[in-house]
Amino acid sequence: MSEVLVVVDHVDGAIRKPTFELLTLARRLGEPAAVFFGSSDKGAEVAQKLGQHGAEKVYVVDDAEIKGYLVAPKAEALQQLVEKAAPAAVLFVSGYEGKEVAARLAIKTGSGLITDAVDLDENGVATQSVFAGNYTVTGKVTHGTPLITVKPNSAPVEEVGAAGTVEEFAATISDAAKTAQIVATQPRQASGRPELTEAAIVVSGGRGTGGNFEPIEKLADALGAAVGASRAAVDSGWMPHTFQVGQTGKTVSPQLYVANGISGAIQHRAGMQTSKTIVAVNKDEEAPIFELVDFGVVGDLHTVLPAVTEEIEKRK
Amino acid sequence: MNIVVCVKYVPDATADRQFESDNTVDRVGVDGLLSELDEYAVEQALQIKEKAGDDTEVTALCVGPEKAVDAVRKALQMGADKGVLVSDEAIAGSDYVATSLVLAKAVEKIGQPDLVVCGMASTDASGSVVPAMLAERLGLPQVTFASVVETQGDQVRIKRDSDTATEVVGGTMPLVLSVTDQTGEARYPSFKGIMAAKKKPLETWSLADLGVDAGEVGLSVAWTAVEDTSARPPRTAGEIVKDEDGSGATALTEFLVSKKFI
Ligand SMILES: Cc1cc2nc3c(=O)[nH]c(=O)nc-3n(C[C@H](O)[C@H](O)[C@H](O)COP(=O)(O)OP(=O)(O)OC[C@H]3O[C@@H](n4cnc5c(N)ncnc54)[C@H](O)[C@@H]3O)c2cc1C
Ligand SMILES: Nc1ncnc2c1ncn2[C@@H]1O[C@H](COP(=O)(O)O)[C@@H](O)[C@H]1O
Repeated sequence: MSEVLVVVDHVDGAIRKPTFELLTLARRLGEPAAVFFGSSDKGAEVAQKLGQHGAEKVYVVDDAEIKGYLVAPKAEALQQLVEKAAPAAVLFVSGYEGKEVAARLAIKTGSGLITDAVDLDENGVATQSVFAGNYTVTGKVTHGTPLITVKPNSAPVEEVGAAGTVEEFAATISDAAKTAQIVATQPRQASGRPELTEAAIVVSGGRGTGGNFEPIEKLADALGAAVGASRAAVDSGWMPHTFQVGQTGKTVSPQLYVANGISGAIQHRAGMQTSKTIVAVNKDEEAPIFELVDFGVVGDLHTVLPAVTEEIEKRK
Repeated sequence: MNIVVCVKYVPDATADRQFESDNTVDRVGVDGLLSELDEYAVEQALQIKEKAGDDTEVTALCVGPEKAVDAVRKALQMGADKGVLVSDEAIAGSDYVATSLVLAKAVEKIGQPDLVVCGMASTDASGSVVPAMLAERLGLPQVTFASVVETQGDQVRIKRDSDTATEVVGGTMPLVLSVTDQTGEARYPSFKGIMAAKKKPLETWSLADLGVDAGEVGLSVAWTAVEDTSARPPRTAGEIVKDEDGSGATALTEFLVSKKFI
């Protein structure tokens, strides 16, 4: 069986959940082999976790020489690894870096690229959700090594013991790849709430909050949810951009999405319309968000949300 | 300085976007426009030009159907100096790989650019991969997904907000820059701008003009194949209640309990 490369998404060796989802998908296609760009010291520890989730092999590419540069060196290293391993596919997490490394690798290896897959079957057929979630498209890479970037939450995390054997891979990186320099890095502060893209419940606020996110945050905490925001709320400076849900923010697909004071513009829908259950609170009964909801309340979020939060607390 | 800004012509997101029977995006039957996310790229290109204050020239480049000339024209109205549309029957149905090839060849024909500026994503494909592919093809550094852009001579510095960190990334021109909608409002064309645009040079090139073989691009040679497209089933209409004296909160709580969220 051929190897299927999974590029590990991590912060200093802390593996992020979407990587485990990729391993689940990789097992459908072949023998999962993870690619870890990081410190060799962390190799064994990381390989154990990846092995638990199905990685037969873990290629460790020491990143001491390249971590200060954007994207290009990783694409070069992967090109060399693809030549050596001749994998059945290479899977990436759909994020800025995963997409761009895949893009450069596509050109280097003469391979087709599918972005933002939400599913992948044993024949390599990828499913995408396009046009703001209004269409479902299936497709396949027909040329070269299939390169596929997968959205977070597209597959379950499965624990299956596999060897997780460490193999150091020494890549040769050209000077030309070391030109876009990462001058400074500021890690994101943990909010204490679940991560937006991973949360089972998301409670969002828009312009209708008038800048007061307290009712949103309190309801979120009562439900154990993540907090989201519309672009209008972000543009107004009420919430940081990392909270934005939509076309130019995060795509979320939780069990429950609660939209408060959000009209439901197409660009917002693009980031939330595949949520399993959708609830909205909006003053305006004509708001387009109501076309999407399983349950809607026409009312003022400033009175409705605190009352719901109180009810929830009472029942606990 | 020589700046090329890549602008895509896309079906209007607020219209009913569709696919053709061959599973390509319907780019003719649905009203199109300059991708809103590329307006931010035009804006940043113009700001860089204004800051440089010399004979910097901004060329708007688009690969698309004949109608896509509208996107180039809008960029000219906003203030770009020259426009180029690459249009050829053979390009229809091209995937990212082929599109980036045509763009790269066109950039080379326009001349040695100091900066190639792109949007963060096209609003139809949302791939966010063409800028990196262009950088790879042109052998240039990429400084991408900028939420803030600063230039000083031939130095470019950006802020890039990824999922886990905010990074400051720097590079030396020539390079490929892509910008997000966080970079700041794009200007509207002024009346003067609209009038001036009519006199600006606007060329249409074919594949032959770029020396690209028709067999390298288009649907039939795409490196990815769409097998099926289907409209998502509409969501079944939900229950909507009007809040009166707290009834909304009670009803919502009951709904959440019935769905076991509480
Ligand atoms: C290229 C592009 C990309 C974009 N990307 C995104 C994106 O990623 N995410 C995103 O969200 N948007 C995005 N947008 C913007 C989008 O088009 C809308 O402008 C935005 O989503 C509107 O935010 P909103 O619903 O909070 O505000 P509005 O549309 O102003 O709606 C506010 C709503 O609040 C309701 N309301 C007011 N007061 C109350 C109250 N007291 N109680 C209850 N309800 C109340 C009103 O009835 C109204 O429906 C993008 C736009 C473009 C052009
Ligand atoms: N056909 C095209 N013509 C001009 N520019 C394009 C085209 N396709 C993509 N681009 C540029 O590449 C960016 C990212 O596109 P994409 O990778 O398709 O999401 C866009 O914002 C444009 O700047």
